[in-house]
Parts: sequence; structure tokens; C-alpha cells
Amino acid sequence: MLEDKDRIFQNLYNDFGVDLTSAKQRGDWQDTKEICGKGREWIINEIKASELRGRGGAGFPTGLKWSFAPKEVGSRPHYLVINADESEPGTCKDRDILRFEPHKLIEGCLIASYAVNAHKCYIYIRGEYFNEGQKLQTAIDEAYKDGLLGKNSAGTDWELDIYIHYGAGAYICGEETALLESIEGKKGQPRLKPPFPALIGLYGCPTIINNVETISVVPTILRRGGKWFSSLGRPKNTGSKIYCISGNVNNPCNVEEEMGIPLKELIEKHAGGVIGGWDNLKAVIPGGSSMPLLPKETCETIKMDFDACVENKTGLGTAGIVVINKDQDIIKCMARIARFYKHESCGQCTPCREGSGWMWRMLERMAKGEATRDEVDMLLDVTKQIEGHTICAFGEGSSWPVQGLIRNFKDEIIERNKFDPIVKKQKDIPYLVDQHLLEKENA
Amino acid sequence: MAVKKISKVQPEKFEFNKKNKETADSIIKNYPSGKQQSAVMALLYLAQKQNDNWIPLSAMKYIAKYLDMPYIKVYEVATFYSMYNLTPVGKYFFQICTTTPCMLRGAYNLVDVCKRKISEEENRLSEDGKTSWLEVECLGACVNAPMLQLNEDYYEDLDPTKLEQIIDKISNGEVPQPGSYRGRLSSEPENTRKTLIGNKNA
Repeated sequence: MLEDKDRIFQNLYNDFGVDLTSAKQRGDWQDTKEICGKGREWIINEIKASELRGRGGAGFPTGLKWSFAPKEVGSRPHYLVINADESEPGTCKDRDILRFEPHKLIEGCLIASYAVNAHKCYIYIRGEYFNEGQKLQTAIDEAYKDGLLGKNSAGTDWELDIYIHYGAGAYICGEETALLESIEGKKGQPRLKPPFPALIGLYGCPTIINNVETISVVPTILRRGGKWFSSLGRPKNTGSKIYCISGNVNNPCNVEEEMGIPLKELIEKHAGGVIGGWDNLKAVIPGGSSMPLLPKETCETIKMDFDACVENKTGLGTAGIVVINKDQDIIKCMARIARFYKHESCGQCTPCREGSGWMWRMLERMAKGEATRDEVDMLLDVTKQIEGHTICAFGEGSSWPVQGLIRNFKDEIIERNKFDPIVKKQKDIPYLVDQHLLEKENA
Repeated sequence: MAVKKISKVQPEKFEFNKKNKETADSIIKNYPSGKQQSAVMALLYLAQKQNDNWIPLSAMKYIAKYLDMPYIKVYEVATFYSMYNLTPVGKYFFQICTTTPCMLRGAYNLVDVCKRKISEEENRLSEDGKTSWLEVECLGACVNAPMLQLNEDYYEDLDPTKLEQIIDKISNGEVPQPGSYRGRLSSEPENTRKTLIGNKNA
């Protein structure tokens, strides 16, 4: 278990207050000038040495991302954009940073802006977090007043302005290119990559986009050294992370822990255990709703970091852990997640727009036991047709949870849905069913 | 679920009041010159606040002129994002999160209370015309589930009885206290905190 002194977010539970004075007492804004004085190369190398991976879900190495920004500023200005559009079901870590540790974020913005040559930084906050945004704005105003932002930010001779941009309730705007579209005042529909935002991003200018948590840990890493950060966890999965534990546990909570902490320890120790005892556990979604669920057997042993999750055919994602116990109907839970994706699909790519609704309707019927035996395979086939056929990762995000359900609870679905197939002699009416499904069976 | 239906009854004219005009102008300054279109989301939100929580077509036309952009682009944005109401909603607008983490902790019991105490259907005004409710997707307060958003405030750790009390308070003209209804101040585990113990009594 992580020692208290190694926790980065000391004010995660708002024990001290959020104003600038108490933030400074916790160590924020100390030596910011000296850190920037060591130069861009040093900052980026130190972040690379810390092996910090993005906390927004994809886990891309942050130092590497920063090094993609052009070294010299050309005719187009550089931008830093912070992704605070936290909407992944099961995740609520950024909210606590925005309301309780805003100065960590602002200081991180200054250092990151300096490292990637940006004079303007936009923080994209989801519209529902209006109050959290106001708290962040208060902190930004404080920082301006204290000379920590503006023309000569914190004595670093670097000019930085931070603006807040509110979203308006679109999950897809958490996707980095959709977020840029949204800041530009358009519908939040993702762009094709390449070109990557690091070269052509906001207003066609080089743009670095990072998650709130990623940026907020940067000042502490630079102060305590990349080595300290990489000593936590294991190689390539270093540091600490805020885990959000929700669902059927006795004490749902956010907690900052070391990477690679066993899932069982998180649930039993920090969240007070599963409601009805550990044996009442049915499944766990380990990383926000987009990640495939884990059955109980895996939950006994799995460690919560990026690579261990991938080995178990899921992902760490945002570390939003949703615990589902045996009192719940697992198919219904997944049907509700499918409805979420149907609602949030931006409608740009046909497989996702149509497929997400298809998955939802099938799962709803399966939950009621109104589907036929063969529809489980058909559902799996639908997910395969969405996955990888869309512009952004939303396609994977919506089909993985369904795949996870089928992989782990296929028997349960089949047991509940015993109707005979509507088309018994499939060969007779080939135009009613998907041709390629028929071929598979004939092969 | 948010239905993007344009209201049949539309006011003919819309204009920002003086205060909102000032706010709008300062928001536009946040973006590089020539990129004033970026402010469209913020301006739509201002218009919604000014116009009793919904956006009429005249406001979209007004904003299009204000930002020197085609009306259809504003319309596109207003219909894409779910927080813009295009038909009148209650002055007290309950948005209940029913996505899986909240559902696991009984969000649909809250929906039943709304059906009973506010109106049978979503998006329909209550009898006194002051409140309406809507099922929404994840509001990002999963460890404080079940929860709802009432206008701009979050009401967390609810149960049906507490929601009934909130609705009663509103119909009596009082403003209920936002935040957790189990006395939690943040997202810390209730009673069994194992981390940052030294900070607790700071």
C-alpha cells in the first residue's frame, strides 16, 4: 500500500481547503521557476524517465506525447488543451481534482505549456460540472492575482493564459479530436487521424491534449524526480493513480493508490467490501464502462495496472471500478451500458450509429428472455462489425463491454433465452439473415 | 432521454440583456480573433439561462448574427449537445442519472418517485408548472450514487424518501441544500477511511 507521504493528491478529501494559501502550504507552486529554468529538454526527459502514462483512458506515454510538439514555434501558435470532459460511467476522479486540487492542475498547465511552447491553454470542462468549473475559475483568478499566470507567470518569464471552455453534455467530446471540434464551436464529431493534433490540432495549430489527472501529477513528479515516480508500481506501469470504486460496495469512494494494487485489496480494504460479502460478487468493470467486465475468478488475483488488465482481456481505462454483485441482473446492467452508448454515439460513422442501437435492443430483449438461442452469436457478430470500423475509439468502447458479457456470461444468456430461431431452415430465406453468418455455418 | 424536439410555440424576438451581452463579449475575447465561432456553446448556454432554461429559435438566429456565422451551424450545435433544451422545461429541472453505476444503487427508484410526484412522463411539466424531470446519462459522480442534478447543483447519495423531501421543499418554495444527503463532504469512504489519516484533523 502506498504511504500517505507518497500520495500526490493530499487534499483529495478536502481536509485543508482549496485556496491558494493552503495549496502553497501543501507544496504547490514551490520552485516552479526553478523547474522551468531547467529547460524544456529536462522537463520532457524527466517525464519520460517517470514513465507516466496518460490517465484519461488510453494510457499513452505523456513524455512521448509532449516530444511530438514541434521544437520551434513556426507561423502557427501552439496550444495546450486539458481534457476535463469526464463522462465515462464509473469515473469521477477529475471532478475531485477540479474542486479540491485546482492549483495542482494550474501549475501543471504552466509547466506543460512551457514544455510544449504554448502560450494559451484551454481547459474543456463538461457542462454538468458547472460548479466545479466555477471553483477552478476562482483558483485561476487567484493565480492571476498572485502573478502565477499572465505575462510573467510565476517568475518564469513565460506568458500563459488559461481559459475554461464548457461542454454541453456530449460524452464523445472526451475524444480528443471531437473535443477540438467542440472548442472550435462545431458539433463534437471526431476527426480522422492522421494528421494528429500534435501537428494539426486546434484551429489547425499544433496542440497537445492531456487529461486533468495527467497534468496534475506533473509538478509533483518534477519536484520529487522521475525516479521516485517510476519506483512506484512496476516498469511501464508506474506511479500512483486515483481509483474510483462505485456500484455494489459498502463504501464507494475515490482513493489514490499505487499502480498495480490488487483489485481485491481496493474493494475489500478501501471500499468496505462487496455488499453481501465477497462471495456475493458477480463481476467487476475495471476501467470505466468501455472496458470488458471481469468475472469473479479473475477479480481474486488481478492487479490494477495497464498491462495486467490487458493480459486479462480488459483494460485499465480510467480506473473507474464498477462492482456488480449477484443481486443484480448482469444482462440488464450491460443493456443499460449499451443504451448509454446508443445515446452518446455522435452519428458520424454508420457502424457505430446503427450498431449501438442494435446492441441495445438485442440486450434489452435478452434481459427479458425474449431473444432466440442463436441471437447470442448474432450479437457477437454485430460487435465485431462495429469494432475497428469507426473513426474514433467509441466503436471499441461500445462493443467491448458487450463482448466481455458474452465471453464471460454466455451460458447465462443462453439459459434465459430458449426460443427457437425465427428462421429455422436458414437456407430457405437467405435474404432475411446476414449472408456471411450462413456461410460460417456451412463452412 | 433528451428528445431534440423544437417547441411549437416560439417567441418572436430574443436579445441578450445588458449583463449577458457583457459576459458574451468577454467570452468571445477568450478565443483568437476571427475564431469567435468558438463562443457559440457558451452563448447558447447564456441564452438558455436568460430564457427560463430553454433556447428558442430566435435566440439561435440572434447568436448566429452575433458571432457572424451561418444560422444552420448554430442550429447544428444546439441540436447536437444534450444540455440545450429546445422546448420549455420546468424552472426546477430534475435530471436523474440512471447509467449503470447509479442504476446499481437504485436510481430507478428515484425515477419512480419523479413519476409519482412530478409527472407521469419525462419532459412534461408538473401540475403547478414549476418542475419537470428527465433521465440522463452519467453525470460523473458515480461514487456518490444515486444522484441527480437540479438546475446546476448536484444532489448526491439519495434515496426515494430524501428525494420526496427535496421535491416537497421545492413545491413549498424553499431551496433544498445541494450536496450529499448522507453527510459526506467529498468522495471519501464513509467511516472507514484508510488513507490520508494524518490530514483528517488538520
